[in-house]
Parts: sequence; structure tokens; C-alpha cells
Amino acid sequence: MEFLQQLVNGLSLGALYALIAVGYTVVYGIVQLINFAHGEIFMIGGFGALAVWLLVPGESLSIWMLPIMLIGGMLAAVGVALLTERVAYRPLRNAPRLAPLITAIGVSIFLQEFVRLFFGRIPGFPDSKRAIPFPQIEYVTGEAFNIGGVTIQRAALFTLVALAICAGFLYVFVNKTRLGRAMQATSQDPDTARLMGINVDKIIMVAFALGAALAAVAGLAHGLRYTNIDFKMGFLAGLKAFTAAVLGGIGNINGAVVGGLVLGVVESMATFIPGQFGGSAWKDVWAFVLLILVLVFRPQGLLGARVVDRA
Amino acid sequence: MRKHRLVIAGATLLAATMAMSACGTRSDPATSSSNDVKVAKIGVIAPLSGDLSALGLGIRNSVDLAIKQANENNTVPGWKLELDAQDDQATPDVGKNAATKLAGDTSVVGVVGTLNSSVAQSVQPVLSGAGIPQISPANTNPTLTKGANYASAPARAYPTYFRTCTTDDVQGPFAAKYLYGEGIKKVATIHDKKAYGQGLVAAFTEAFKSAGGEIVDAQTINPDDKDFSAVISKVKGSSPDAVYYGGEYPQAGPLSQQMKAAGLNVALMGGDGIFDPAYIELAGKTSNGDLATSVGAPTDTLESAKTFVSDYTAAGYKEPFGAYGAYSYDAANAIINGLKTSLANASDVKSALPATVEAIGKVSFDGATGPVSFDQYGDTTTKVLTVYKVTDGKWVAAKTGS
Repeated sequence: MEFLQQLVNGLSLGALYALIAVGYTVVYGIVQLINFAHGEIFMIGGFGALAVWLLVPGESLSIWMLPIMLIGGMLAAVGVALLTERVAYRPLRNAPRLAPLITAIGVSIFLQEFVRLFFGRIPGFPDSKRAIPFPQIEYVTGEAFNIGGVTIQRAALFTLVALAICAGFLYVFVNKTRLGRAMQATSQDPDTARLMGINVDKIIMVAFALGAALAAVAGLAHGLRYTNIDFKMGFLAGLKAFTAAVLGGIGNINGAVVGGLVLGVVESMATFIPGQFGGSAWKDVWAFVLLILVLVFRPQGLLGARVVDRA
Repeated sequence: MRKHRLVIAGATLLAATMAMSACGTRSDPATSSSNDVKVAKIGVIAPLSGDLSALGLGIRNSVDLAIKQANENNTVPGWKLELDAQDDQATPDVGKNAATKLAGDTSVVGVVGTLNSSVAQSVQPVLSGAGIPQISPANTNPTLTKGANYASAPARAYPTYFRTCTTDDVQGPFAAKYLYGEGIKKVATIHDKKAYGQGLVAAFTEAFKSAGGEIVDAQTINPDDKDFSAVISKVKGSSPDAVYYGGEYPQAGPLSQQMKAAGLNVALMGGDGIFDPAYIELAGKTSNGDLATSVGAPTDTLESAKTFVSDYTAAGYKEPFGAYGAYSYDAANAIINGLKTSLANASDVKSALPATVEAIGKVSFDGATGPVSFDQYGDTTTKVLTVYKVTDGKWVAAKTGS
């Protein structure tokens, strides 16, 4: 029974990682950039959703606020992601690989500090220097479901359902639409894609926007699930999501989803390892042991990087 | 062309960062000095930003209040006292840098801080090396005063270190006795692997076992984590009657919330690190019944604290004084009381430091939290504690004792 409970815990935690990991993988697949600021995009998604809720008068907890918050979070996350792409990454597109990587770390610190210092200064907004309680929307939060002794929290279920919908949407988008096929083409060979009449700049923007939109879903889910958000929540979540993307095979969208879920489950299951090396204290150790093993024996990740190697 | 754009982007970022840091320092409460009176600075090392800033800003403001009152009453004739508050971000490295900065300033007569025991461990040697007295309003780890073998062979660790709050070797057992007295026999413990949390849980565990209770599970969490569901499911399997948590409210609040959401409907009990209104805010409605021990008697019921509370309110600080405000006020006044004798005939601050340390060790006055004096280890002689219970979204005192 505890095994099933930990499986549920792991899957719902992993779903959050997976939603963020997609952003790392999509951007890497197109521009070979590890966007370390993506964790902060996730954080901004959460703050955007909260801001919209604060701006709508009445402090309503009705379920109808959920889509409004989701759109607000997405607008904020996508807007910031496109802005960072335009201001910080595009000027460095032909620079050595290390330059955009360092820039990404700088952008990450900048966004954290920006939210920390300025979110709370908007009149009527709470102090952002510490954790801010997140509105508990009806139906998606509240009393947990209990199925045969296994507790499933509503917000955890919301995260899993959101991941399923987003994964389905992504599959259709990448494989069935013109824009999606253009993305695949750009990822395989940007120069030839450009010769075929694909606007590569636009495709890169789409990749950033797509990742940011999913990160905003994760930001909202995080707020509902853990009932509070703070300016540095993107750091560790981003690190774990990056791990998930590498685990699944960076550049591979399906891999990001699988990698996220596997990472979440391993972290939860680590509590079963008996003795001194078991328990919750060692869960990150076991997660990274798994990552090292995968990288040693299958460097391309669990599902393998589908991108044509250009290095 | 490309390089040019890069420069513009870089310059924009730089300008924005500088603008931000300028905003950050503008609100420094220290005022500029005049020429004819000599200046002595009282430092504060506390978390002024980050999760624990609710407590840290209360410490800074309370010290500021004590300094302002001393200047108004001319408590130390011929000297003007100033505040020099440094942010330690609740991090040992940053705290050490702050201590080094204060130790390098020859006009610093004493330091109030830190909040965290883990930060104190790295601040102590720096201030002690410079001979600067340090009084903490909030460090509860017993090793800071009595050394590593505090139970068997107590030996004073640093002659310059004092504290106005009581310690975990009193606080942990007090919580254990309270829970056992409430008929709770099975407890699971969780801590955050920091000096404070680990020490508190160790003291609790020992006392609870010797009282006849059973520790059914002992787990830890990573303070950076947001998701505690794996730990909670594990603890739930051992079906405890209560969970004792060693750590601070930024993790304890969400932990309590997630415990109740996962169907583990027992009380979470913690130490003074979770005794803050922010805990209830983070833990939500389901935190009713959760418990915390904190040092001293409740500030708002103490006769001696009434003046402090009304003065603090009158001074119009933006942040509340928090759990350690009254202790910080007493700590600052202990330094000021010491200065009355040590600075009376002194020409400069530096040469008067040994006399200041000696004078602080001998102070005895009625402070906001009751009588203030220190024993041979630098610990307070007052060892009163209170158990608080969350009732209708507020901390309400349940039992005061020692």
C-alpha cells in the first residue's frame, strides 16, 4: 500500500518536472542552448497567475478563475521568455556555446532578483521577499481523494491531467502542423531549413514560447499543490527538470516527459531503500546516481536524443 | 554590428542591476554622525532578506529602538550610538562576511545577532578574534556557549559570546514533557539537517524516550525542497500521534499543510523557529492544533514587555517585532549597560573592548523579557519557556514553565 502511495507521490511530482523539462528540451533541440533561466520562467508563470488573481476584484475562489489565471500566467511567462530570447540570446546566436550558457545563468539571477525586489512594490501586491500564499481554487484543491488507502491530492491530479493534455497537444503540434514540422526541420538543419523558406527566427521564438507556456502550467500547478510560491522556487525545480530532460534524452520531447516521471518516481521510491542509505535524506543522491548510470551506459538518454548530431 | 548590440544589452542589464542595488540600500536606518561627540556602533547580523526576514527585520528594528532610546536619554555620556545592520541571508558564509566587515570597523562596540545557530558558528570566531562582544537574541544551540560536550563536560566556547534566549537542551525536553503530559506516546521526528533542527530533535528524542515515550520514525528533509510527500507517506506508515519538527517556518508551514492534505491528521510540534505568524499563513487553515515552544513568557502578557511593545508601536516600524524582538531589545540594552561602565573614561572603542566584554558579563537589569543577566557560560540565567498552540489561525499560549 505504501508502495502505491509513493508511486502516486512520485508520478505527481514527476509530472511537474516533466512540464518544465519540455521547455529545456524544445529550446535545446532548436538552438542547442541549455536555457538555465527556464526555471525562472516557471516561477514567473506562477507569479503571473497570482498577479491576475490579485487584479481581479473580489478574491474569488471559483473554478472559473482557473482559466483566467492560467492565461495570465502563460502571458507573463511567454512574454518574459520572448523578451529574454530577443534581448539576451539572439545577439549571441553565433557566439561560442559558452557565452549564451553564462548569459542564461545571468538571466536566471536577474529574473529572481527582479521578482524579489519589484513584485511586492506594485500597490496591493504582497511582499515578494518571502513565500506568498497562493489562492486555493475550489475543486482543484481541498480534501484529497482516498482510493483504497491511497491518498491522491486534487492538485496532484490536476498536475497529472495537465501533463496529459499538454503532452497530447505537443504531439499534435509537432507532428501534424506546418509550424511543428518547420520546427523539426530547423532542429535537423537550420541552414537548409532557412533555404527552404522557413523563418528560423520565428521558429526559435515559437520554441521559447512553447516551453514557457508549459512552464506556466507547471507554475500554476505548483501554486495550487504547495499552497505558496516564492521568488526562488524556480532554481531547484529548474535543476531537477534539466536533469529530467537529460535523463530522457535532451532534445527529445517524449524523453522529457518520460524523464520527468522517472525522476519523480525514483525520488519517492528512494524512501524504501533500507538502512543508512535509505530514507528521504538520500533521495537526491539516488536520483543523481540514476542519472550518472544512464549517462554512462546510455549517453543519449533513456529515449535517445532524436536530434541529428551537428556537434 | 553584433558586438555593438551586445554592448547595449550588457549596459542595459548593468544599469538595471545598479538601479536595483541602489533601491536596496536606500532604506538603511543608520544616520550620519556629527563631529564633536564620539561614535560607537552597535552591529546587527540577521537575515534582512529572504524567507527568515520576518524575524531578522524584527531584530534590527528592536535594536534600533534601544539605540534611539539610549541616545535620547544620553545613557552613555559623551558617546553617540549608531546602528550598523548587516544582512546574513540566514547563510553561514554571508554571515561570516558580515562579521568580518563589522570586525574591521574600529568603532563597533558590540554585535546583536545572529538569528540562526548555524550562522553563529561561523560568526563567533571572527568577532571573538577581534574581541567584539556578541549577544544573540535567538541562537538556541547549546554548543555555542558550552562547547561540543555541553552535557557531559561544559566549557565556555567563546568568552565574547552571550545570549538572551534559552537553549535547545532546555527547549527540546520541555516540548517532550509537554507532549507526554498530553497523553501522546508515539512521535515521529523530522529535521532539516541544519545545526538548529538537528540539535533540537536530538534533545527532544532523548527526553521523550527517557519519559517513556516511543520515537516511531526519524526522517529528514532538504530545506530547499517544496515537496515533502515522500517523507510524509513514510512517516504516516508508522502512525505517530504527533510529529516533532526541528527547523524553521519556511519549511514547517508547507510541511504541516502537506501532512494534513495527505491525511496525516496529527499535530506538528516545533521549536521557536516555527513560532511566527508566517507559519500559520503558510500552513493554512489545517494548522489548527499545531504546537510550538518558544523562549520566555509570551511578550504581550509580560508586565515588563508592555513598555517595549508600546514604544515599538509608537516608533512606527513597518515590520512587526516578531518572536525575538524583545530579546533583541534586551540584548542591545545589555551592551548599552556594559558601555556605561566601559566607555565612561575610554578614549576610543577599540581599547575599551575587553572592559566592555567584562561589563556585559556582569550586567543585571530588568529587561523586556524579565531579569537579564548571564551565567559563567554566557547563557541567560532566565530559563522560561512557553508552549503555544495554533487556535483559530493565531498562536495562543498554552503553558508557560521552565
